[in-house]
Amino acid sequence: MTSERAITWLLRIYIGLIFCFVFAPIAASFVFSFNSDRFPTIPLGDFSLQWYKNIYNDPAIWDALRNSLTTASVVAFVSTFIGFCTAYTDYRYRFFGKNFYLALALLPPTVPLVIFGLAMLAWLSQINMSGRSWSVIIAHVVLCTPFAMAIIRLRLAQMDQSLESAAWNLGASEWRAMREVIIPFTLPAIVSALCLTAAVSFDEFAVAWFVSGLNQTIPVVVLEILQGQVDPRINAIGTFVFLTSMTLVIIAQVLIMSRDKSKEDAG
Amino acid sequence: MNDSAVENSKGPQGNAVSAAEKTNLFALIWRLPMLVWQSIFFAIPLLFLVYLSFWLVRNYRMEPGFDPVNWIKMFSKDYFWDAYVYTFGLAFLSTVVASLIAFPCAYALSFKVSETARRWAIFFLIIPFFTSYLVRVYSWQIIIAENGVINAMLSYVGLGPFIMLNTAFGSIVGYLTLTLPLVVILQTFSIASIDRNLIEAAHNLGCGRLRTVFTVIVPLAKIGLIIGALFCFILSFGDFVSPYYLGGSKPPTLSILIIDTTKSGQQWPKAAVVAVTMIVTLLVVAFTSVGLAYRKRT
Repeated sequence: MTSERAITWLLRIYIGLIFCFVFAPIAASFVFSFNSDRFPTIPLGDFSLQWYKNIYNDPAIWDALRNSLTTASVVAFVSTFIGFCTAYTDYRYRFFGKNFYLALALLPPTVPLVIFGLAMLAWLSQINMSGRSWSVIIAHVVLCTPFAMAIIRLRLAQMDQSLESAAWNLGASEWRAMREVIIPFTLPAIVSALCLTAAVSFDEFAVAWFVSGLNQTIPVVVLEILQGQVDPRINAIGTFVFLTSMTLVIIAQVLIMSRDKSKEDAG
Repeated sequence: MNDSAVENSKGPQGNAVSAAEKTNLFALIWRLPMLVWQSIFFAIPLLFLVYLSFWLVRNYRMEPGFDPVNWIKMFSKDYFWDAYVYTFGLAFLSTVVASLIAFPCAYALSFKVSETARRWAIFFLIIPFFTSYLVRVYSWQIIIAENGVINAMLSYVGLGPFIMLNTAFGSIVGYLTLTLPLVVILQTFSIASIDRNLIEAAHNLGCGRLRTVFTVIVPLAKIGLIIGALFCFILSFGDFVSPYYLGGSKPPTLSILIIDTTKSGQQWPKAAVVAVTMIVTLLVVAFTSVGLAYRKRT
């Protein structure tokens, strides 16, 4: 069946093309960040680190980086904590209005960021909390919690449900069972959620742009540079941002994948 | 729902002591953080936005009120309706294009590669979804610009230059950057979970490849295909980066309208009108699609 084979290979090439499309902008940003020409095109100019030197010497970038790192770390811990609480609640309890509860937990990523940004700006101004250093943190926790919740909930779904009750029957209090059974079991997912939420916060620009005021994060700086002319510094910043968030997302995924594997081995 | 009945009938956690399922302090400590945070910083802000759309602006200052004047003004403007139709049409086009481009890829990932390869493919498709969309759009800007990479390549073979940047084509490229990985993933999940025996049976009964795709695979994967399309529509409809930086904001979309209105001073109530209109549109689209996805076949 040669035609069958031809179709198989054509479809595989098609997958390759899709991946080219998806990764082309990331690759382009990487390549052009080392390119000396002011307008990035081919043929390439000389190899140059000038754009990296340029951003390295820009105090505004360093301020933004500090803001971004602080925001991302705080957001990661708070949203993972809230996500864990929500996942455990969903795993263990049934109560009146649970569907509503879960909708509230999972809906935020489906609201367009511009709309949520505007709502957040208006509301935070109303309660006198906009333009502060923690305004972005508050908004990002809202956006990141659903991801943390989903990851941890998936891990809990893999747990043998009798483990926790076994601990109770052996005399452990609810708190002790939580500490010695639930948390150790979900630990890979917790770390995974920390990485993923940090990545989401580190990359988020729309809501941050609305509420950050003077405390700009890296993506907000990129957005403001973009409004001017073509500026090759963005490739250098972009390469750094890509590397950071890709590392975080890869760690997050490897933690999830390895736990799948350990389950297969056990099963 | 009667929760005690549920508890008795199923005993939610196997042989868990039923007393432990009562709402005690322990239960509340886990339940409340999300409820409090997402109420104060998600539900209330969105409700406040609805309220804000009825506020008044006098002498460049906002005043609380309950006046439909912003709604009447906004809805009587031609540029608002132009933006509405354009945004809806562009998002719809993006949804159709993304679904069509993604389908052969999802089909191939489901049937033409090993399970390990499929898992790795999804691994790599998840990465860009969480990787700076903004910088990727900038990258496209330099790739499709008039003297950018693609036109430079085409000029070697004597073609072009083609104007791609600041056109609807540019916007669609940007939307696809945002949505294509997600659509491929959702379609792959639903196609890969189809019972192979059904496809085998169709083949044995003499059903050709294309016919199998349209009469067996598409109907069975319907839910995943529609949910993928729905997410694509939501993301495209609300995005402002692609239509602004790749579409040249000509004409502006609703999201660009919101930003221009917000950033130009105290016109937040008008921006709120646009935002609420968008949310209502998305709700209608979402309910329609979910209804379509789960509709019983007659």
